[in-house]
Amino acid sequence: MLELHDGALNVPEILTRWYSDESAYNYGAYIPFVGTVRDEDGIDGLSFDVYEPILLSWFETWCLKVAPLGAKLKMAHSRGDVLNHESSYIAAVFSPKRRVALETIEQFVEDFKASAPIWKYDLKEGERIYARERSTAIAGAGLLGENK
Amino acid sequence: MITVEFLGPIGKPAMTMEANTLHDVAREIKKDPSMAQWIDNCAVAVNDMLVGSLDTPLSEGDKVSLLPPVCGG
Repeated sequence: MLELHDGALNVPEILTRWYSDESAYNYGAYIPFVGTVRDEDGIDGLSFDVYEPILLSWFETWCLKVAPLGAKLKMAHSRGDVLNHESSYIAAVFSPKRRVALETIEQFVEDFKASAPIWKYDLKEGERIYARERSTAIAGAGLLGENK
Repeated sequence: MITVEFLGPIGKPAMTMEANTLHDVAREIKKDPSMAQWIDNCAVAVNDMLVGSLDTPLSEGDKVSLLPPVCGG
């Protein structure tokens, strides 16, 4: 399940709903990761652009990858502005055993940071500034610069 | 004609062009000086599938997307 929300995530509602939705399926482990906007470098918050078609196919590929392990992934992300101390990202893994869930959440979140088509901007003094120095080129980037 | 869209912070309106492969798209985009900062760090998708070769063939109505460096979460 992939959810996109306008603005900040309602963390208690989402975590409780996901728990409730899966509680009857005999999962032994539920490991959520919640990303919260930190007050640092004078920002008022963050803002996000999301490209849904490729995000969805990336997420579906991950779901298929962990399904043979008996694991299920859920993810929620914000579109638009999210202020300091609010949350913009939740990822969660449900699995029969804790080891699969612990390993999967780490691999999933790291690949999310490197591959998911989402762009982050700092909200600072009324401006929306692309977080270029904190961004990562997607694997295979630079194709158009070949054969100069 | 194909359409080229520029995602996220590139901030450039979509454009249409005649192109048989991504070589043609690369040649056209390099004419725009404002794209110099993105050429070497964008991933490329054709009809929402990431591709890895400039030889990728293009057909009438295809959509080419340029994806600059990402940072979700």
